[in-house]
Amino acid sequence: MKDFSDEELERYSRHILLADVGIEGQDKICAAKVLVIGAGGLGSPIAYYLAAAGVGTIGIVDGDVVDLSNLQRQIIHTNAEIGTPKVESAKRKMLAINPGVTVNTYKTMLEAANILDIIEPYDFIIDGTDNFAAKFLINDACVLANKAYSHGGILRFAGQTMSIRPRESACYACVFDSPPPAGIVPTCSSAGILGAVAGMLGTIQAAEALKFITGVGEPLYDTLLSFDAKKMDFRKTRLRKNPRCRVCSGAGITKLEDYEQPVCDLKRPE
Amino acid sequence: MNLVINGDQKSFTEEKISITDLLKIEKVEYQDMVSVQLNEEFLRSPDYPGTFLKEGDIVNFLYFMGGGQ
Ligand SMILES: [Zn+2]
Repeated sequence: MKDFSDEELERYSRHILLADVGIEGQDKICAAKVLVIGAGGLGSPIAYYLAAAGVGTIGIVDGDVVDLSNLQRQIIHTNAEIGTPKVESAKRKMLAINPGVTVNTYKTMLEAANILDIIEPYDFIIDGTDNFAAKFLINDACVLANKAYSHGGILRFAGQTMSIRPRESACYACVFDSPPPAGIVPTCSSAGILGAVAGMLGTIQAAEALKFITGVGEPLYDTLLSFDAKKMDFRKTRLRKNPRCRVCSGAGITKLEDYEQPVCDLKRPE
Repeated sequence: MNLVINGDQKSFTEEKISITDLLKIEKVEYQDMVSVQLNEEFLRSPDYPGTFLKEGDIVNFLYFMGGGQ
């Protein structure tokens, strides 16, 4: 086990006090490597909480720079950082809250050609992206590389998430076979999102990562958690691995391909 | 016929309801944006017209959500 300093014992005391976590659990958190894909609405709270929790190595992937229209929900960025790469802005805040963690930044968009190399060093992957092409690619790559991961999606007042243990629990493609056709797809960028809803879902994903690392509780495997903030309805749908899944069943996929990214009719404010 | 749709008990007067009918009755606007689960099995859209529901079936409409940023 890691030799905790007095400063660390105090910093993590509220984790250590949890009977299910304890010093052993905090040791696992400090040794863990988690990759956050997207430093936006979901990625902001995820990155903050993982850094605060002391996740030893946190990777963060995003190719964009901070835009004024992001600040309504992307709480890791500030007004002063408009125009700054999101990964740099996020790293600054993560180290400000906890200088004891290592933050690796990837200022790039994920594609079939680079995703396997980027996810390789990490124990757990978190999808905080804003488009189906990326979400399906992350699923494919995590199944191919056998990486546990958390899927997340938000839309207007709603959110949904599931955790995936490849080939053991249902994957994203078991539920949604392939990206919906272009043109009808309302995404965050074109449909709007209540800022706090991104925070609600992001913190659930961060908690799932910490559960995975510490082995506490039951991750959302074979379970789609959906909520509608308008009525504050939360619902769990039981899932089963789809025996016809084109990604995780039988031989499944053997290589990655990029998905076509649908073009939105509305101007993309990202 | 009684069905459980997205967790809610619902009664239908129709005697024969296919998945395609149910999508219409439930006013699912964009069929391409929904994944249909019948008693925990996922259906493919070409099978919707020929899949008929029976008393007590559990149907879930799961919606695509692509946002995150
Ligand atoms: Zn699958």
